Amino acid sequence: MSASGGAVSSPTAYLPAGLPRPVPEPDGLDTPYWEGTRAGELRVQRCRDCGAWQWGPEWICHRCLGFDLAWAAVEPRGRIYSWERAWHPVHPALKDHGPYIVVLVELPHAGGVRVVGNLLGDPLQPVEIGAAVAAVFEPHEDPKAAFTLVQWRKTG
Amino acid sequence: MSAPRTIRGRVAVAGIGETAYYKHGQAPESEVALALRAVLAACADAGIDPRQVDGFASYSNDRNDPSRLAAALGLPELRFSNMQWGGGGGGGSAAAGNAAAAIAAGYAECVVVFRALAQGQFQRFGAAPPAATVSGEAALTFPYGLISPAQRFAMRVMRFMHDHGIRPQAQRAIALASYHHAQSNPRAVMHGRPLTPEAYDASRWIVEPFRLFDCCMENDGAAALVLVSAERARDLPQRPAYLLGAAQGSEYRSGARGHNAPTYASASFTTVAPHLYAMAGVAAKDVDVVQSYENFTGGVLMSLVEHEFFAPDEANEFLTVENLTAPDGRLPLNTSGGNLAECYMHGLELQIEAVRQLRGESTSQVPGARVAMVISGPMVTPVSSMILGTEAAL
Repeated sequence: MSASGGAVSSPTAYLPAGLPRPVPEPDGLDTPYWEGTRAGELRVQRCRDCGAWQWGPEWICHRCLGFDLAWAAVEPRGRIYSWERAWHPVHPALKDHGPYIVVLVELPHAGGVRVVGNLLGDPLQPVEIGAAVAAVFEPHEDPKAAFTLVQWRKTG
Repeated sequence: MSAPRTIRGRVAVAGIGETAYYKHGQAPESEVALALRAVLAACADAGIDPRQVDGFASYSNDRNDPSRLAAALGLPELRFSNMQWGGGGGGGSAAAGNAAAAIAAGYAECVVVFRALAQGQFQRFGAAPPAATVSGEAALTFPYGLISPAQRFAMRVMRFMHDHGIRPQAQRAIALASYHHAQSNPRAVMHGRPLTPEAYDASRWIVEPFRLFDCCMENDGAAALVLVSAERARDLPQRPAYLLGAAQGSEYRSGARGHNAPTYASASFTTVAPHLYAMAGVAAKDVDVVQSYENFTGGVLMSLVEHEFFAPDEANEFLTVENLTAPDGRLPLNTSGGNLAECYMHGLELQIEAVRQLRGESTSQVPGARVAMVISGPMVTPVSSMILGTEAAL
């Protein structure tokens, strides 16, 4: 499971090892999200008082201003709201890697909140806004702090 | 009835100053020295003793603290020091608006708006910071290779172009207009380096839908403007450029993290622009020349839409090199070369160019320009924009 250069990544990771590793916020706000990805769940916030969906995470519900926010595991599927194909390597880990696709995925069944990920498959594939996608959990077993990313693949 | 709360006509830009502009990393002296030189140049242009400056306003976490500048310049007193929240160039017009508000309110008499950058001495904008871990919003994007400003904004533009059927040639026209104007401007970093449509089309992708020439440069240098009351400006040597209006802010939940702004395919001006026009008492049709911050050309495109110069579905027809170039285009845009081709002074060179247009001193002059707009920092939050006018526009 060890990659070269001391960095450790998933053998099936979409992007090369060495990109910055996500860690929960010091105040604990997003800890349930990161714990959820480890358990194979995509969790976003939902207000226990008014039912509003919310993402990214915040301590208060933007609709009713209540502080009682639950973490709801949502069905990990959605549709592509927007996308980009990145070519210029802005990080040393991406040097000589070639293009890759970032997608912004809307979750219609969770109030339309959006999550960022990569679109798996051919990096030169055509991408259609509105296309249906499903999540693929991508574990990274870093001995210092394991984490799991949420990636996407086209369906149908 | 109380008087309307406005800065319209009450404050003017009396002086402008800048250092030479350099490619990033090539400034021959310290960033703070550049800042001091720009302040002195702006005071000299205004015809005032630098010891009359009693305030500073800047943005984007400029590293050059007003207290240090005041001490370095031996100012008798410092009465106003202001930093506009937010990153990128979104605070450029807000800083001028904040300075004007301070003067109108009586907090200070002579406020310098400035920005200094020597990226060779600090972290570059376009490269990932050297961190092993990320948290908060960055944790939701960096591990997916969504890191740089170009990558952060490309999906907003992609969605806008998709929604409105906008062709790549619309972005290209914005880039070509900036390069065209830079060829007349000896200060421009890209002076003597014209851009052709063929070279644009052949340029490499940075991140789709942005090619190399859709992206701003990164530069070293400093720029400053001296603001005083309108009454005082009339007694100074330069033709005053009066503030007609300034506005800052962003839309409902623009700052929702992880790309969750409800108005996503936007430059963030849909609420700001109406406030700007209301204060300035002018409409888009009254604007003679526009300086619109180019972090990326698609951001300019959306900024112009949101300031009502054309509807989204008219973008393909409106955005042509002919329409965007001085002296006689329908809407001369970025007439110094702007962030793409003059200098990436975080947009403050755009404010200076607007003043030059109103003085009749631009290297790509719009004949008889009376009303000039500056749009600062599309797609960040908060953003800001301002309108300047000549005496005849008051």
